[in-house]
Amino acid sequence: MLTFEQIKELIDIVCQKGLQGLEVERSDFRLRIDGRAAPRVPVGQELVPSADAGASEANPMESAENEAGAVETGLLQATGDGVHTITSPIVGTFYASPSPEADPYVQIGDEVKKGQVLCIVEAMKLMNEIESDSDGTIIQIIGRDAQPVEFGEPLFVIQPA
Amino acid sequence: MFRKILIANRGEIALRIIQACRELGIRTVAVYSTADRDSLHVTYADEEVCIGPPPSSQSYLNISSVISAAEITGAEAVHPGYGFLAENASFAEALEECRIGWIGPQAKSIRLMGDKSKARQTALEAGVPVVPGTTEPITAVDEAKRMAAEVGYPVILKAAAGGGGRGMRIVQDESQFESQLETASEEAERAFGDGAVYLEKYLVEPRHIEFQILGDRFGRVVHLGERECSIQRRHQKLIEEAPSPALSGDLRQRMGEAAVRLAQYVGYQNAGTVEFLLDQDGSFFFMEMNTRIQVEHPVTEVVTGLDLVKLQLKIAAGEPLEVGEGITARGHAIECRINAEHPETLTPSPGKITTFHPPGGPGVRVDTHAYEHYVIPPHYDSLIGKLIVHGADRQEAMVRMERALDFFVIEGVHTSIALQRQIIQDPRFRSGEFSTRFMERFRMIPAEAVAQGA
Repeated sequence: MLTFEQIKELIDIVCQKGLQGLEVERSDFRLRIDGRAAPRVPVGQELVPSADAGASEANPMESAENEAGAVETGLLQATGDGVHTITSPIVGTFYASPSPEADPYVQIGDEVKKGQVLCIVEAMKLMNEIESDSDGTIIQIIGRDAQPVEFGEPLFVIQPA
Repeated sequence: MFRKILIANRGEIALRIIQACRELGIRTVAVYSTADRDSLHVTYADEEVCIGPPPSSQSYLNISSVISAAEITGAEAVHPGYGFLAENASFAEALEECRIGWIGPQAKSIRLMGDKSKARQTALEAGVPVVPGTTEPITAVDEAKRMAAEVGYPVILKAAAGGGGRGMRIVQDESQFESQLETASEEAERAFGDGAVYLEKYLVEPRHIEFQILGDRFGRVVHLGERECSIQRRHQKLIEEAPSPALSGDLRQRMGEAAVRLAQYVGYQNAGTVEFLLDQDGSFFFMEMNTRIQVEHPVTEVVTGLDLVKLQLKIAAGEPLEVGEGITARGHAIECRINAEHPETLTPSPGKITTFHPPGGPGVRVDTHAYEHYVIPPHYDSLIGKLIVHGADRQEAMVRMERALDFFVIEGVHTSIALQRQIIQDPRFRSGEFSTRFMERFRMIPAEAVAQGA
């Protein structure tokens, strides 16, 4: 088991480096520290990243980190109708790429086809491929690598072709 | 003790488990379908995970969703409540493979008692009386006739492939036997595609008496007394009480010992309930064993002063049972299951509760997940709460229940309150002399007639 000081150090590292998270596992314990999440900007609203995005109760310190997070996930201006969110059909852990060393399945701005694999949600050691429900362009990536997702959790925003 | 557990259930029992966890300092994870977003168990749990759309098969019964939710939240164990996956041995085994704990009996016990004929066989081996009859389908008429005479008329012929009260014929005496057997077999063939028929002694006016069992990991098993559950309609319990007005001290001791004997024989751990049928002549027979915490557990809690859910958690965490031997009931408890349904037609009544004011005062306990403005979803069962009263004796408990039902205000949906109010006043209920056929004979006075002072 880690000491209190060691845990405090790990928390500091996560915050200062702006990590999404950190997990330590030993035979007798498991510790997970989640970094600050980027705000989820609802589709249809102003899609310009800002420090106030989705953080109505945020304090000034949170806002600064949110801004960094929002830039990280990135956004494109939506133009047409039919823009919708692809949500997770299962509970599990979201992975952006097929394996840790590989490139992510998709990037912002990618044009995808219906049925194309966008990400993996791992559940009970099974890698479930999540497919796009239409042809179109990825305008937002909401899912964060190695983060847990629940049923109905928003993963991508797609603008159909 | 666990640091975090997941509750694989919803409604009042999920809330009940969360409360026990809160008192033990255990963090809780709620799972919920999209229909239960505003449910109290989600509000009060420390963490929550949406596991699927409204249909139970895609949410609360979805094993991989539930296990996934336990994995992503780091839950150390799962409490399944009652119903849903509570008696699913495969689920218990899957959790074990994923190295997630289970707040309940071992999977092998669930599997054994879930098979009704194996359970009956096991009871016989353990020296617990079972309803006399055949264990194999009838093949020779003369053999069956002999068995019927041995068992004693009336007997009931049951389709092996039947269930839910279908495919049964009662035979009053030997002269009817052959013709009834032929008819029963033909009917079974046509209805279920299998003409095989069993024979059992027919208990004319049985009472449903069940014993609460607790077993720990060190082989210790105790019983916490009985619950009287004969007030049922179509096998759905409406009112339960403890102790049973039908049991003498001697009968209670013998039935309790039989229940413990069965549980010990199978090495039972955690909470369970052994159900008996009690005949009018005082003979009792094993019916089945429920390998879970039950809806009506508060009735036992109230007369023993024990917290059964906390005991479940402690047993699962490896603590030895510290409950004394020979627990006796203090006073008398009655529970009414408050269902959101029309009291006369039994049609479910989902929708928005516009006014909600539960009763209080001495000796009143309400276990509910309902609240004012709560919208009861239509996808699940109609149980919205349980009203339990405790009195010094049965008389006081009945008077208290009448008062509590009168002071329970639920508007916006229909509830069973009016029905239960009338049952409590019924002379046969009050006398304590009733069987499982009580509700067959009971006629509810319609609300309008009551209002007009009929």
